[in-house]
Amino acid sequence: MAILVVAEHTNAALAAATLNTVTAAQKIGGDIHVLVAGAGAGAAAEAAAKIAGVSKVLVADNAAYAHQLPENVAPLIAELGKGYSHVLAAATSNGKNILPRVAALLDVDQISEIIAVESADTFKRPIYAGNAIATVQSSAAVKVITVRTTGFDVAAAEGGSASIEAVGTITNAGKSAFVGEELAKSDRPELTAAKIVVSGGRGMQNGDNFKHLYSLADKLGAGVGASRAAVDAGFVPNDMQVGQTGKIVAPQLYIAVGISGAIQHLAGMKDSKVIVAINKDEEAPIFQVADYGLVADLFEAVPELEGLV
Amino acid sequence: MKVLVPVKRVVDFNVKVRVKADNSGVDLANVKMALNPFCEIAVEEAVRLKEKGTATEVVVVTVGSSAAQEQLRTALALGADRAILVESADELNSLAVAKLLNAVVEKEQPQLVILGKQAIDSDNNQTGQMLGALTGYAQGTFASKVIVAGDKVNVTREIDGGLQTVALNLPAIVTTDLRLNEPRYASLPNIMKAKKKPLDVITPDALGVSTASTVKTLKVEAPAARQAGIKVKSVAELVEKLKNEAKVI
Repeated sequence: MAILVVAEHTNAALAAATLNTVTAAQKIGGDIHVLVAGAGAGAAAEAAAKIAGVSKVLVADNAAYAHQLPENVAPLIAELGKGYSHVLAAATSNGKNILPRVAALLDVDQISEIIAVESADTFKRPIYAGNAIATVQSSAAVKVITVRTTGFDVAAAEGGSASIEAVGTITNAGKSAFVGEELAKSDRPELTAAKIVVSGGRGMQNGDNFKHLYSLADKLGAGVGASRAAVDAGFVPNDMQVGQTGKIVAPQLYIAVGISGAIQHLAGMKDSKVIVAINKDEEAPIFQVADYGLVADLFEAVPELEGLV
Repeated sequence: MKVLVPVKRVVDFNVKVRVKADNSGVDLANVKMALNPFCEIAVEEAVRLKEKGTATEVVVVTVGSSAAQEQLRTALALGADRAILVESADELNSLAVAKLLNAVVEKEQPQLVILGKQAIDSDNNQTGQMLGALTGYAQGTFASKVIVAGDKVNVTREIDGGLQTVALNLPAIVTTDLRLNEPRYASLPNIMKAKKKPLDVITPDALGVSTASTVKTLKVEAPAARQAGIKVKSVAELVEKLKNEAKVI
């Protein structure tokens, strides 16, 4: 039995999400191969070869794979995947985009966002915004699975010495083209990997007021997130949204500021180790999940907090 | 240009569901049901394309029980022209749904298929991408902007680091994210008119599709509950607790 892990990477570097996915593969058990599909992805492939527990790295390096267009990448993964018992990818926007297409090409169901491995064919996954946890069993010949990174620790990035093998197959469907991207530039830690996350909601009142949170976050070395309400209101960009359909985070410390705590938001952060809520409405549902609640005006409390940490 | 919009009947987003005592699933008896929020955004986008003159017909389709006719009528009240119910009492997995939708696509030959990116019950986020594989069409998932231009559609997608724009050959599949549009409310006259719009009912057998699945749910449990926390009186007390009790800063 061998498991194919589809790497999450930027060509130049391997994303941490790949390490969580390798841990999930280790829990399933078997030989672990990592596929790096990209263009000029040599550095990412070398990083993948160093992950402890990985025995082989497959590299498909071609312009067709440069931007992870699913029309091109999915047929490649499906073709390679036929020889494996499991195909795994992180449940990032990229993994979610590509893997269901792979599953359908292989004519198997996909299991989305597993948070635990019970056995090689049985997994746990949240449904209904995390208000229920389903245990599901797959009888598919190839089990196609996305992995919620917060459910698994990162595998050691060093210590392995896998062989690197080039894949000859090039699939270019010619149906789609990359036009451009606007990526947020930030020196702060990436939300899903940050040890501390400070998030703001509708209570922030406007985008400018997020400067209070950025300033606190920089003092704490934290990432900054937001509720859907704050994103929909245009305070901050979409990639900051934490919740059922946004990013799922589970940091050591989550500080929710001016967030009421809709179930859709809680779905994205309630597995955090320690939750702090700062809200002037003492009835806000966020207090029901907070370890430490502070009923206060955030515009006074946040600067004071920044001064004391 | 014909636009096909697959939709799903789900529990209303405001409802906090409870797990059944026998762990066989969640209790949906007497719970308010609604059109999945992402599907509502998909209907709205299709209707706006029609209002702009880009689309000529908007067809909504759902796979579900006969009760799902209620959600099809909602979509018709929002401006869709006609509806198709693929009637199936079984709770189908995404692949089976995608296969049924693929058969509907073959029959209807739409130029654009717009779906919600995710249903808020199963939280799978699979059907649109699977339909892309089965039809062979290009896909623009998690869309925050859709512009049809000639024989292509430009889709701006919400991705982890920000936004990405791709150009797809038509016919194509688009799945909606939250920021694509703000769906309208159905007016009373439109709700009345929707009752007279055509709604066809067909069966999976008639489409020649097998809905067998390779995944079964063994049990459904409530998540581990968080222990209730405490309220602190001041920022100073909060910092003291975080440093000395929780030891996280």
